[in-house]
Amino acid sequence: MRVELTVNGQRRSDEVEPRLLLVHYLREVCGLRAANVGCDTTSCGACTVLLNGVSVKSCTVLTVQAAGQQVTTAEGLAAGGELHPVQAAFRQEHGLQCGFCTPGMVMAAVALLSENPNPTEAEVREGLEGNFCRCTGYHNIVRAVLAAAATPAAAVSVAGAVAGSVDGGPAEVSA
Amino acid sequence: MIPAPFDYVAAESAAHALDLLENFGDDAKLLAGGHSLLPMMKLRLAAPAVLIDIGRLAELTGIRADGDELVIGAATPHAALAASDLIRAEAPLLAHSAAQVGDPQIRHRGTIGGSLAHADPAADLPMALVALGGSVDVLGQGGTRNVPAEDFFAGYFETVLEPGELIAAARVPRRPGAAWGYQKFVRRANDWAIVGAAAMDGRIALANMGPVPLRARAAEQALAGGANPAEAAELAADGTEPGEDVHASRAYREHLARVLTRRALEHRT
Repeated sequence: MRVELTVNGQRRSDEVEPRLLLVHYLREVCGLRAANVGCDTTSCGACTVLLNGVSVKSCTVLTVQAAGQQVTTAEGLAAGGELHPVQAAFRQEHGLQCGFCTPGMVMAAVALLSENPNPTEAEVREGLEGNFCRCTGYHNIVRAVLAAAATPAAAVSVAGAVAGSVDGGPAEVSA
Repeated sequence: MIPAPFDYVAAESAAHALDLLENFGDDAKLLAGGHSLLPMMKLRLAAPAVLIDIGRLAELTGIRADGDELVIGAATPHAALAASDLIRAEAPLLAHSAAQVGDPQIRHRGTIGGSLAHADPAADLPMALVALGGSVDVLGQGGTRNVPAEDFFAGYFETVLEPGELIAAARVPRRPGAAWGYQKFVRRANDWAIVGAAAMDGRIALANMGPVPLRARAAEQALAGGANPAEAAELAADGTEPGEDVHASRAYREHLARVLTRRALEHRT
């Protein structure tokens, strides 16, 4: 069936099977490979993306459930080549080891900061409980999120990403 | 993991969803957040021919006061319950319970109606609704019927919903300031309860101590008769027949029920 939605600010219209999971749509139809398939059981969070600005696990969302809505992946965060403050903080604080969990971790952190712009360390750890780092590199991840929260631009950039208009307005794409 | 093929229809209204349910019969399943159904479909434990999506129906979403009750639309996600000022003020046990489900991403998608319809005896919200003395508004072609929470669950993953019916809303009493306690024992973060206990207004509900969320009647009666929490909690497992699995033997579950009930009663806030 035909599904129309907005991905990283670009309006799309694609023919999909109803059973196509959002993560597979993003990776295989849109060619956006940031969201990873980790556990495939709604546990690990590697597939986390934003749906209308809130974090979801895209292995447990049907593409057709996202019809008419805004999807933001890690590819949609950096505006004009500038890293999003959360991305910059992950780099600065070395909030990654192998990197597999990182896109999901970053998206969960963006959602966390949009709901709670000044979290305590405990709130960061609670807020990331849906994301596993199998390298167990949690200390630097938490440090990165706290560093991002201290960035004045973080909240503004988060709002931009949520609105799906990082490059100044939706464009038409069809596949 | 990929679900088996199915047809998908986004319902335009609750009435439309009922018509679709009538047309497709047992081949159809209702979809809201999909956080119980889609994992089952991915594992091929469920393979409905048709999914009827009610997840974006405004009439089934939201929280409002109705006389001395709060009404929560079936498609309201857990995160909205946990964050609702109204729920936090007047049914804090429910807000706390919703905040215990899964993780933030799951709470953004999973819905109260989905959790009640799925009827997992280890889940948070069914136990919470029983502890609160809440009820379920069930919508069918003949209109709405209201089912008390403790009559709603019929067995393991089974409810009294008839074919062609859907959950419209959950109802809970407005009880600002009422003391409540909530305890959940899990082996891992984000997990389902091995045993759970929730207490309010002299009611004690248990999760995963049988095929449905149960009232700990013997403990309740002891409390009503003047027993202190520790004495009453000793009776929490009386009359239950919990299952056994890799996580816990029956005796261990009975032990947990007593300990968690005592903690829920002693730590009421």
